Amino acid sequence: MVAPAKPSYRLIIALVLAVIMMVLDQRTPWAAPLRHALGYLTAPIHYLAHLPVDSGEWLSEQTQSRGTLLDENRRLQRQALILEQKVQRLAVLEAENVRLRELLNSSADLDANVLVAEIIGVDPDPNRQEIVINKGAGDNVSRGQAVLDSQGLIGQVVDAGPLSSRVLLITDASHAMSVQVNRNGVRAVLAGVGQSSGLKLLYVPDTADIQEGDLLVSTGLGQLYPRGYPVASVTSVNHQAGTPFAHIAARPTAQLDRASHVLLVQPTQTPVRAEADNDQ
Amino acid sequence: MISDRPAGTGVIIVTLLLAALLEVIPLPASIDWVRPEWMLLVLVYWVLSLPHRIGVLWGFFVGLYHDVLVGTTLGQWGLATALGAFVMLAAYKRMRVFTALQQCAVVFLLVGTVSLLAFLVQESVGRTLYPPYTILYSSVTSALLWRPVCAALRWVQLRFLVR
Repeated sequence: MVAPAKPSYRLIIALVLAVIMMVLDQRTPWAAPLRHALGYLTAPIHYLAHLPVDSGEWLSEQTQSRGTLLDENRRLQRQALILEQKVQRLAVLEAENVRLRELLNSSADLDANVLVAEIIGVDPDPNRQEIVINKGAGDNVSRGQAVLDSQGLIGQVVDAGPLSSRVLLITDASHAMSVQVNRNGVRAVLAGVGQSSGLKLLYVPDTADIQEGDLLVSTGLGQLYPRGYPVASVTSVNHQAGTPFAHIAARPTAQLDRASHVLLVQPTQTPVRAEADNDQ
Repeated sequence: MISDRPAGTGVIIVTLLLAALLEVIPLPASIDWVRPEWMLLVLVYWVLSLPHRIGVLWGFFVGLYHDVLVGTTLGQWGLATALGAFVMLAAYKRMRVFTALQQCAVVFLLVGTVSLLAFLVQESVGRTLYPPYTILYSSVTSALLWRPVCAALRWVQLRFLVR
């Protein structure tokens, strides 16, 4: 009897292929095209899984009473007024900042391009803190882009698929970034602990001036995150005798587990020039 | 009859895609622990009922799809699911005469083994946080859901004449 095909041969082929893929995916960028191609088939599943949430939102929007809408409108108008007033001051401050930076011969921070995206999925694996957004490479999303919500930094794009992208949150246990205390400029490394509300500062000496309630903002070191966005606020500072570093816990300022829309920021920072630019 | 012309590949793919949907549908964080391995369950059903058609390579590609869907290392679930399909292919005759309880026990062991393999790969790339026994939760729910999934897919198979 002729066996149609030996499953064991197929298993060996599959295992070899899988191992090659894992190595390529981890060590080289060559597996990206395959992931990208499969992304066309997986993105619709994410969109479909988000459909109940979407239609629920649509339904509640449609059935809201005139009174609620008027109330909301009034509230938003008030909010817009306050924000506009803040922006007025911002323009002056920005111009002043550029002038001062020119005096110091350092490159000016330009306004970043912003793209709005919606969260359509959350990683089901409790080991990882990742989300899926509804903008992909087709919308000029690229790997390494910073993602924010209205309150602060959320994370970075780790995989830009064709129709959707995966975002690694700042709370993932494998994520760390450079931050500084807004009050006095003390720099530290902010790492995730794997829970949506927990962050910690690594390797901070006991004598560093960091207090409870301090706002931590991104430094832009590492060239991945734009400079000066709020990231977290310090929730507790513990000095323990016998340990070399202080134990400092922080909470993200962004609403990581509640946000539904996020902003993608394309850093337009020009690389630091070795020589001062004297044209202007 | 087994020698019949194969039919219903589309139906098999649709059931696998539905399983993929269940795999990523948003649930409260506490329920995420016990989310069954839907794609693996559906694949195991098709391997058991159509062993001459659905085998290791199907397992490999279903696993690869799973990898891209949940964003793990490419090949992590590919490897594990291919191995799972191979084991089922070797045991499908026994599985058919097993009682419901025995079948559930086999599914529990299979899902546990496959998840453990995937966990080992994830561990080696440093993306695990919780100890490996946490995969037991999803293995138990997978085993409990095996009979309902089996019944649903048998209905699908008869209704759409998949062979």
